[in-house]
Amino acid sequence: MSTLPTSATTWPTPGDTVVSLPPAPATHVTVRGLSKGFGGVPLYTRFNLDLPRGRIVSIFGPNGCGKSTLMNMIAGLIEPDEGEILFDGKSLRETTIGYVFQNYRDALFPWLSSWDNIAYPLRRQGMKPDAVKARVDELARLFEIRFDLQRYPYDLSGGQMQTVCIMRALAPRPEVLFMDEPFSALDFEMTLFIRAKLQEAHLATGVTMVIVSHDLEDAVFLADQILLLTRRPTRIAEIVPFDLPRPRTPEAVADPEFVRVKSRTLEVFRREMST
Amino acid sequence: MLFKMPWQRLLPLIGPALLLALWQLMISANWVKPVLLPPPGETLVHLWSTFASGAILPDLWSTVFRTLCSFGLAVLIGVPLGILLGSNVNAYRSVEFAIDFFRSTPSSALIPLFMLIFGITDINKIAIASFGAMLIVLFNSAYGVMNAKKTRVMAAQIMGVSRWHVFKDVLLMESLAQTFVGLRSAVSMALVIVIVAEMFIGSETGLGHRIIDAQQVFNVKDMYTSILVTGALGYLLNLGFLLIEKKLIHWSGKA
Repeated sequence: MSTLPTSATTWPTPGDTVVSLPPAPATHVTVRGLSKGFGGVPLYTRFNLDLPRGRIVSIFGPNGCGKSTLMNMIAGLIEPDEGEILFDGKSLRETTIGYVFQNYRDALFPWLSSWDNIAYPLRRQGMKPDAVKARVDELARLFEIRFDLQRYPYDLSGGQMQTVCIMRALAPRPEVLFMDEPFSALDFEMTLFIRAKLQEAHLATGVTMVIVSHDLEDAVFLADQILLLTRRPTRIAEIVPFDLPRPRTPEAVADPEFVRVKSRTLEVFRREMST
Repeated sequence: MLFKMPWQRLLPLIGPALLLALWQLMISANWVKPVLLPPPGETLVHLWSTFASGAILPDLWSTVFRTLCSFGLAVLIGVPLGILLGSNVNAYRSVEFAIDFFRSTPSSALIPLFMLIFGITDINKIAIASFGAMLIVLFNSAYGVMNAKKTRVMAAQIMGVSRWHVFKDVLLMESLAQTFVGLRSAVSMALVIVIVAEMFIGSETGLGHRIIDAQQVFNVKDMYTSILVTGALGYLLNLGFLLIEKKLIHWSGKA
């Protein structure tokens, strides 16, 4: 009978480091020896991961496998018990990141207009008013904003609010953009719109993106790689590459390559479910 | 409903009209001796004349002055203290029992205690009213900070914003809606305690003093007039705060 570690903070053998296991070429985010447990039950044990630069990676896996936990540890919202996370060799503190929450209503600042929400991170960085205006205008053009950004978030539709959230996250030109189920609260029309806009933003900025999704189609559609996780204790089940050229139109879901990748992903997912 | 029929605007007047009708009925049907309850018409005429002659104004002014002084003190102490305690949950937990205990104790029960400390003075009335109101302000401000949406705080942290700015730009702003709920209850509480204090702590002025004086000499018309004025004062204070809140905290209840 194997014994689980009694405390989540002590592990029998040390995990890898960037020294013992160097990142693959063209890696942007390097995760080494990451361990995290909740209430003494390990979720991640000495977990290693390389996220490629300028690519979109979707995280997908069974319920409770800790998709969001993994992303939130990388984004610094959850403290891992052990392990190191480096962005191009830098720490998180030295790195500008963006984060889009599932619950856009709770993520925006309702006392600021939509415009001021987007400008907020720029102003707090000490950017000059002219430069702030230029950056917000630039984003408004990129996202083809047709509603009045002077309105308060609570006066906008859900899709408009999530658009503002994405613009705010992109405003400081982050190196990595994290998105936690960004589509799950949106209707289909807005999902299509945001998918298209995210691809344009990705093309225009080359930002590395990480998306957590519980919807298989959402997980596959934007991704260059689908990171499939196992049940807990969580490991990487498989990394499925998806090379369909961008921009991918809504019709791409009928493309044979999309269908193939989606069914492959589903296959791995079902295999992991049944173990 | 976006569009209101003209008659729907009159709906709020039905309650007061019914009350006046009931009042008149009680007198017409001889349910109550007229010596205990004057007719509504006469009372309203008396109300008008006390304002026209200015007889009620010094009392009204003292009550308003005491209420606003107490409220002002309560805000000055309660808001900063509440926000400070709210941003440190351990600090709040350690004083929570004391706050809840005194919040649940009717402040009027503390009047004798305050009389021992402050004597029968104006300061006493303001002190006890501001004490009662302060607890409400403090409690609401603290909870406003503690119940700040975690997502908003995280959103600011992700941006690499300093702790001070997370506090000032997010926690403080988040607490405002709840703080205003506290301010509204606190001004009502301040008025209640001021009126009680004016009745039972030797007082020369104030609406509470006017009510108890009129009752002692069986001047029921003047007593009911003063009660109506006190009610109207409480209502207007509440309404004033509601309007300020709508203007300043425009996101309240929407986000």
